[in-house]
Amino acid sequence: MRFSTQEIFFFYLGVQAQTVANFFLAFEADLTILPVLNKIDLPGADVETVQKQMKNVFDIEPDEILQVSAKHGTGVEDVLKAVIDRIPPPTTDIKKPFKGLVFDSTYEKFKGAVTNVSVKDGVVKKGDKIVSAHTKKSYEVQDVGILYPEQTSTGCLYGGQVGYMMANIKSMTDVWIGDTLYHEKSPVEALPGFKPAKPMVFAGIYPMDQSEYQALKMALEKLTMNDPSVSVSNDNSEALGVGFRLGFLGLLHMDVFNQRLEQEYDASVIPTAPNVSYKVKIKGDKNIKFYGAEEITILNPCKLPDPSIIEAQYEPMVYSTIIVPVDYIADINPLCMERRGEILDQSYIDDTRIMFKVIFPLNEILIDFYDELKSVSSGYARYAITVDAPVSYGEMDIGFDYEDHGYQESDLVKIIYLLNGKELDELTMISHITKARQKGREIVEKLCKSIPRQLFKVSVQACVGGKVLAREDIQPYRKDVTAKCYGGDISRKNKLLKRQAEGKKKMRMIGKISVPKDVFIKVLTK
Amino acid sequence: MVKRRNREFKIMKNINHLYKLHGLIALVLQQTTRRQIQSLAETACSVQKKAMLYVHWSYCAKMCSYCNFNKYIRNHVDNTRMTNCMVKEVETLIKFSGITEIKSVYFGGGTPSLAESGMIASVIQTVQSSVTLPENAEITLEANPTTTERDKLKEFKDAGVNRLSIGVQSLYNEDLEFLGRQHSVEDAIRCISDAKDLYPGDVSIDIIFGRPNQTVEKWNKELQQLLSLCDEHVSLYQLTVERGTPLFKWVQNKTVILPDDEVMADLYETAVEVLESRGFDQYEVSNFAKNGKVGRHNKAYWEGEEYIGVGPGAHGRFTPYSQGKHLREARVQILEPNRWMTEVENQGHGTKLAKPQSQLEQLEELLVMGLRTKDGINHETWKKRYSSESMTDLFYNQNIIRQYINSGLLYFDKSGMRASKKGLAVLNPIVQDLLNLLNDQWSGG
Repeated sequence: MRFSTQEIFFFYLGVQAQTVANFFLAFEADLTILPVLNKIDLPGADVETVQKQMKNVFDIEPDEILQVSAKHGTGVEDVLKAVIDRIPPPTTDIKKPFKGLVFDSTYEKFKGAVTNVSVKDGVVKKGDKIVSAHTKKSYEVQDVGILYPEQTSTGCLYGGQVGYMMANIKSMTDVWIGDTLYHEKSPVEALPGFKPAKPMVFAGIYPMDQSEYQALKMALEKLTMNDPSVSVSNDNSEALGVGFRLGFLGLLHMDVFNQRLEQEYDASVIPTAPNVSYKVKIKGDKNIKFYGAEEITILNPCKLPDPSIIEAQYEPMVYSTIIVPVDYIADINPLCMERRGEILDQSYIDDTRIMFKVIFPLNEILIDFYDELKSVSSGYARYAITVDAPVSYGEMDIGFDYEDHGYQESDLVKIIYLLNGKELDELTMISHITKARQKGREIVEKLCKSIPRQLFKVSVQACVGGKVLAREDIQPYRKDVTAKCYGGDISRKNKLLKRQAEGKKKMRMIGKISVPKDVFIKVLTK
Repeated sequence: MVKRRNREFKIMKNINHLYKLHGLIALVLQQTTRRQIQSLAETACSVQKKAMLYVHWSYCAKMCSYCNFNKYIRNHVDNTRMTNCMVKEVETLIKFSGITEIKSVYFGGGTPSLAESGMIASVIQTVQSSVTLPENAEITLEANPTTTERDKLKEFKDAGVNRLSIGVQSLYNEDLEFLGRQHSVEDAIRCISDAKDLYPGDVSIDIIFGRPNQTVEKWNKELQQLLSLCDEHVSLYQLTVERGTPLFKWVQNKTVILPDDEVMADLYETAVEVLESRGFDQYEVSNFAKNGKVGRHNKAYWEGEEYIGVGPGAHGRFTPYSQGKHLREARVQILEPNRWMTEVENQGHGTKLAKPQSQLEQLEELLVMGLRTKDGINHETWKKRYSSESMTDLFYNQNIIRQYINSGLLYFDKSGMRASKKGLAVLNPIVQDLLNLLNDQWSGG
């Protein structure tokens, strides 16, 4: 989220966790805030209470707040007036050299990457040669214009204006949100606060069949062309062969990406368990030499070095805000504790609701934290990871306090899972030592429920460093045969068996165990 | 496949080569080969000129909660019209198929015991007057053990029926009610007794297990009672939830809960044990016979023999030799009885669909059906369908099949491929793997 373009705050359904998070970002950036209360037409709209909340939380006086019903158009006119009156005009100097901020981008099939720019100083015209401060690549401007709301060509953009720009940028990977653009001949100092999007969730993607590696590679190249926030590196695994390790901005991002991969490119892939990136300090000169550095980053849990050569381990932390009705306060504390969260602050935002500020290990809230939060609070809890280095991914605005709350030393272990003694590389995970047994048990239990019964016994184990944490067996099935099959049944039963046989073909063989290919991801998510 | 093609290719190449060198000799050689092939084809025809006849009576007095067969409840059934149509269609299809002998006849349904014995008699007479129907040919009728139907057992015998299959299903009244049956336990007991007097040694009993709340203990008791009543053949079916039945709905909305997988397996194993201890031989997944009294008609289905199906919705598998065709066809008759009769009357036949079956399809059916029997699939039977590669060539060395063999689920020997007793209970996954292997090798070579 860029507050230079979004300084209006809409409050509805009371103050939301995300509102709080965004408010403070705007506040810290010293932006003018225009408070607007929306949906006042709703039967349950309690304007007074929300005003009180806003006073408590943000110290905003009730008379500053505009009241709007976007549905009915009530008060919309006032918002437009207030934007003009209260929000100061952009400070700009059109005599200075061109300086533009890239705040968004889209990909168009025949035009390449189209950037949305806010011109800070100077003028940019069609035909100008411009340079990206980040990539140092230069382009010739093909077209500029304003969004009115469709792209409307104007031939130039002046300081203070916001619009689109096409410059034959072939790949989205060359467009960086937050980047500064300038004229080739008059370089300017880049705008502050630019941080490339940093992936926070990593997962391996392997082709179902190694022969599909090239096809997968092509699909990934095409997909990342219009979603450059996905980082791609090569990965390999003894069991899964050659594949890729991808970095995503979040779990939802990962899901969307994987779905697109399957649907748009018909790629049949084995995704691994998502994980965060860990840092490990190695001891012993020889080992350091082997790894090439004293501190290494682990993106693939399988590659965690042997504990005997680890000096220290670090895991990424996030700073988050949770708002719940006071009735649930007793449930939130243990939930945070259970997730190894450190509650920094809790304060009432009104008579009925309380706000927590918590630092969590990212790993703990990666998968099902929000679901659990909603379930303990009967759906009332609101939660947001605070934005520090804002990164934009389409509709979503995700960010996290990567540097400030960066990494914290932690006691980590690698849990591996075995099916009849065969290691499941895609499930290997790093866990805090105190959580390993519980995690291991949970996953083993879920595996037992999700792996179809076989004709022989399957033992499922979770191990840490050769020690078995949990073990359960999947009993073989004893009966699976069509009861009745005579002359009149053949066609139908034959068809059914063939369909099931087709399904069996799509299964993956792990040793001699046939497993549906998405079983492990299902195990992790639900 | 590749091997085969290579071989053929080599032979052709050799022949051509020879032809160039010694034109005349090669010509003779080619002719001989052709003649041999022709005679082989002829032998195959004459072997296959027998078939079985299945006659479907599609009416029932009431719907059973589990049944998804092609059946209709009609207040008024025009027996004369139906009989005429059955006779006409039997004549048509026998003629069309070009067969010379009907080995067995089976009246199924629906509820064929609701039909008049005159219909049964007419059909049998029609068969006798059109082709050979051996003296000892098995002629089975499915019967429900209600009082009215029991009273007709003698008539059916006089009409030519010599084997009876009685749908007893359970020896608990509450279960009979749940299954939607129209008879009581008492009715069943009396019917079995009468049937045994009329058809000694040729009475089969159908029983369904896997009913709600069925325990091994209760089942054991029921089986003991059944064994004290029954004759020399028992068909034992696990209650199967089929789409479109009331049972399906009940199970979906959880008003009915069927025994879980473990209990089902226990019930099945119990039945197999009890029946075997009393001298019954499990000759097919669901069929048990004493003193060799196997159902010959049904056994022929599993062995992949040809059959003609007559009556609404009846299926058939036969090669229409009379039409000069050499591919077996999968055939279905029109489903709805009135439409079926109208078609038979107007068009002279009630066949809805006749689809030639590829060699692959025939082999698939052979796998699906053949492995259901204790004897499995004979090498000879396989060879008749597909002479290029034996079952051993195709399956024996495949990893997954080796696993089945090693764990004692599947046997390969001189006579053929068959599932063990343990294998029969888990036949579906085994057959699925065989189907996949067959298909892979067929397409990939």
